[in-house]
Order: sequence, then C-alpha cells, then structure tokens
Amino acid sequence: MTAVTTKRPRQALSGRRLREWLIFLAFVLPNVALIAVFIYRPLFQNIYYSTLNWTLGSKFATPVGLGNYRDFFTSGEASKVLTTTGIFTVATVGLTLALGLGVALALNRKLPGAGFAQATVFAPYILSGYGVGLAWLYIFDPNIGALSAILRDVGLNSPEWINSPPWTLTMVIVVYVWKNLGYAAVVYLAGLQAVPGDLLEAADLDGAGPVRRFFTVTLPLLSPTTFFLMVTTILNSLQAFDLLIAMDKLGRGARTLIFDAYLTGFKEQSQAGYSAMLSTVLFAILVVLTLVQLIVVERRVHYR
Amino acid sequence: MSATAPSRRVRLTPLTVRDYLVLLLAVLIVVLPLGYMILASFKGPGDLATTDLVVFPEVWKPENYSEAAQKVPFGRLFLNSGIVTVVGAGLKVLLAILTAYGLVFCEFPAKKYVFWGVLATMMVPPQVTALPNYVFISSLGGENTYWGLILPGLGTGFGTFLLRQSFMQLPYEVIEAAHLDGAGHWKRLWHHVVPMALPSIATVALVNVVYEWNDYLWPLIIITEPEMMTLPRGLTLLQNSESAASSFGVLMAGTVMVLLPILAVFAFLQRHIVNGFTQGGVKG
Repeated sequence: MTAVTTKRPRQALSGRRLREWLIFLAFVLPNVALIAVFIYRPLFQNIYYSTLNWTLGSKFATPVGLGNYRDFFTSGEASKVLTTTGIFTVATVGLTLALGLGVALALNRKLPGAGFAQATVFAPYILSGYGVGLAWLYIFDPNIGALSAILRDVGLNSPEWINSPPWTLTMVIVVYVWKNLGYAAVVYLAGLQAVPGDLLEAADLDGAGPVRRFFTVTLPLLSPTTFFLMVTTILNSLQAFDLLIAMDKLGRGARTLIFDAYLTGFKEQSQAGYSAMLSTVLFAILVVLTLVQLIVVERRVHYR
Repeated sequence: MSATAPSRRVRLTPLTVRDYLVLLLAVLIVVLPLGYMILASFKGPGDLATTDLVVFPEVWKPENYSEAAQKVPFGRLFLNSGIVTVVGAGLKVLLAILTAYGLVFCEFPAKKYVFWGVLATMMVPPQVTALPNYVFISSLGGENTYWGLILPGLGTGFGTFLLRQSFMQLPYEVIEAAHLDGAGHWKRLWHHVVPMALPSIATVALVNVVYEWNDYLWPLIIITEPEMMTLPRGLTLLQNSESAASSFGVLMAGTVMVLLPILAVFAFLQRHIVNGFTQGGVKG
C-alpha cells in the first residue's frame, strides 16, 4: 500500500514531465527542423563540397582532399582576394565608425530637427543593396554621371570608376559607407546618451576643453559601444554582396571573398567545389571573429 | 575656441551652428542621391546622355515606368515580392513566437543547448549555405517556384533571440495566474503572452519584412524565369537588358520601384524599424 502511494506520485510526475517535454518540442520543432535542414545540413555539406573537384550541374565529382585549399593559398589568388577583402573591410568599418560617431555627436545635442536628421541618416541602411548600387552607379558614371559633371566644373577629370579596379573598389567602399553610416550613428547615439553628464561637468571644471573632454572622458566610456560596432560592422562588411555585384558585375575591382565564392560557383566556370572552399574559408573567419568577440565580452564582464 | 570664450552661453552658439552644419550635411548626403535617382527616373535620353549636370529633366518622361514594365513584367514582380515578403516574414514571425515561447515557458532538460543551436545560426551567412541549398532545392523541383523561394530562409535565429528576450521580461505573475485558472499553453501564448509582447513582435515582423523585400542572393540563384522573379532580382534582368547610357532612365524607374515601398514603410514606422535593426546587431 505504502509502496504504491510513494510510487504513484512519482509516476504521475514523470508522466507530466514527459508531456511538458513533448509540448516544448512541439513548440520549437518547426523552427529547429528548418534550421537543421536549411542551415546546419548545408553548412556541413558545404565543407564536404570543398574537398571536391566538381562543376555545378555535373553528375561527376572527384575527391581532391584539401586540393582546393592548396590551390587557393599557393596560387597567389588568396593574397589577391584576401587583400581586396581586407581593404574593403578595414576601410568600410573605419569610415563607418568615424563618420557615424561624428554624426552621433551632432545628434546628441538634441537640437530641434535632430529626430528627423536621425531617421534620414538611418534610412539607407534598410534599402535594397542592389537598388542603392544601381542608383549610385548612375551618379558615378564617368561619362554622363552627376559626379563627373561636378568634377569637370571644378576642372578635374572623373576617375575611371568602372574600368580601373582600384577606383571601382574605392567607389564601392564610398557607397557602402553611405549605406551603413546611419546604423553606426544610431548605435553611437545610444552610447553617448549613457555617458554620465556629471563626469563631463567635472572635467569641464578641471579646465578640460571640449576636445580634451571628448578624448579623455567620452571616447574611453564609449569603448564598449565601439567594440560592439566594430564586430557587427566587420561581420556585415565580410558578408556584403548585393551592392558589390550591382556596381561591379564581373568582380573586377571589388572581388571580395564572398563575391569570389559566388562568381566562381555560379558564374564563370561554375567550379562548385572551389566555390565551397571559398565560402568555408569565409565561414572560418566569421567563427574566429565571433569567438574573439565572445571572449572579450566575457572578460569585460569578469573585470567588473 | 574655448580659450577666448568668456562664458558658456557664447560658447554654445558656434557649437550649435557647427552641429547644425554637420546634421545638414549628413541629411543632404542622404537625400540628394535619392532625389537625383527619382528625378533621373523621369529623364529622357536627351537629359541622360549628356556630360552636363542635368538635375531636373527638361522633358518629363514618365513613360520610363511603362517602358521598364514592358522589358520586365514589373506588375508581376511586385506581386511576387509582395507574396514572398508577406508569407516569408509572416511565417518567420510565427516560428519565432512559437520557439521563443517554448524556450521561455516550457520545461526541457537540454533547453540551453537548443537555444544556443538556434542562436548560432546568426553566425552563418546565407552565402555559405547557398550552394548546397541550391543543389537540394533544385533536386526537389523548387527552381522558379514560390516554395523554393521562401522555404530555405524560414528558420529564424534573430526573431527567436529577440522575442525570447522580450518574453522573459513579461510579468510572470500574469501568466502564472492564467495557468492557475486552467489556461493551457496554447491559450496562455495567444491570450496573454502575444498581446503583452506585441511591440517586440511588430519589431521582429518589420525587420523581417525589410529583409525579405530586399533579399537578393537566393532569388538570384533559384529564379531564372522573369515571371517568378522578385523586384531586386528583376532589376538584374533590366540592368542586363539595358546597356546604352540613355536607358538609365528606365533602369532608375525600376530602382525607384524597389526602394520607394521600403522608404514609405520606414517613414511611418521608423522608430520600430530603427529599434529592431539596432537591437540584434545583425540583419535578418
């Protein structure tokens, strides 16, 4: 009798628990299944593809082990593509953060109209990268573009934005910064609003001018924001694609890693194995960056 | 500047002027190219194929829009983009709500790992999964279909992350009281959790709407028939069919049709959209 009564509640409990677990699974399963099939499965399959010599659409593929990686890193293509990727990333991140902070400082004064200015500056961030690329391509056109007309008026010749690879890369960087600047400005603004006013006041009373106050008080206090922005904009820049292909269809100047992966896999010779290798390299870079971020954030939490 | 300034008030004025100049410059840098694009969409060959700076068209040519619609079926493209955006974003929000509810209000031993597994997908760019997904979807016959266009992008880490955060901040007593009143999970979700978390859900929905509308790589790969293209994908077709400099007007008309709807949505709901995009730190 006693054995039964002690057993029964436990059974009932585990039955209820099991039911609860099943309910949990019912709630999360649709999303988790989609993620498993369309994100994790292809992620690993992509790594497998990267070990093949395989043309997209062909039924035959030859395993080449790490051959694609070896070809990439020894042929000099790696240094070319990674240099372009590096220049694009460093330039876009640096300019986006610096200009974004400048705009945020002006917005932070809460002048009348600042809300409108903030919304306007943010707007390009949510526009189609492809559409934005086309709109600017018309402005940059060395023959009929507005920019070349303006440059001619001040006695300058328009650079060969379309036909000279370094100028193409420059053009794409400028437009990419234009599109992403508002994001950095809004995030910096939130950071600035958290800077305690009494600290600035104290520095002011100590005789520190505005420039000094900015460099000794504001900027150090903003370093968590700067770090967050640096990570997110690096990740975004490494994944920039729409705008690049809109402005540089054949990838002559702005052929970053991700762009190279698309062109080699789906265009040109449709080398799917080689393309998979390139996107695997990109993914490895993204993982390392994310881990670095997690470690740094973790450390900051511990120091506090 | 500060050395010569005798008092606070005088020092403020040049600062205010400077800040206004910065803001004005920033606004102009954004507005002018977009305005120029809209004006260009009304220009004829005469105003386009010239080395002079022509801001306002001498002859307004709204026919650019009908011409663009002749080269590419823009009406159909609009419909396709609308379907993909509404269905794609709607399903993503629904999936995010269900997943977030399960993660916050249900019990499961390995819940933490499920969450990390979902969250980690934010690190995987769609470009890395594009090639295997293309092989898989096209082997199932999904090329040039709506389901092939929508299905692979549905799994959502961003929405789940944001809504989980929001659900955790809801007043637990209210939901617990409903529980004690005998409301099951389903009822608690739709009658208590969702109404209270509506602002966050709207934010997630808007971010996904923007993302789906603008999405380019996947439609580029999986759609080849003009009739099935989304708007940004159709722009590529238009760009490839228009090579002469004088046809920029038609191309700009197409571009306006892609950019303007999102700008209109943004004009009305900018606060929500800005919040959504800056909270997660990641697009989509």
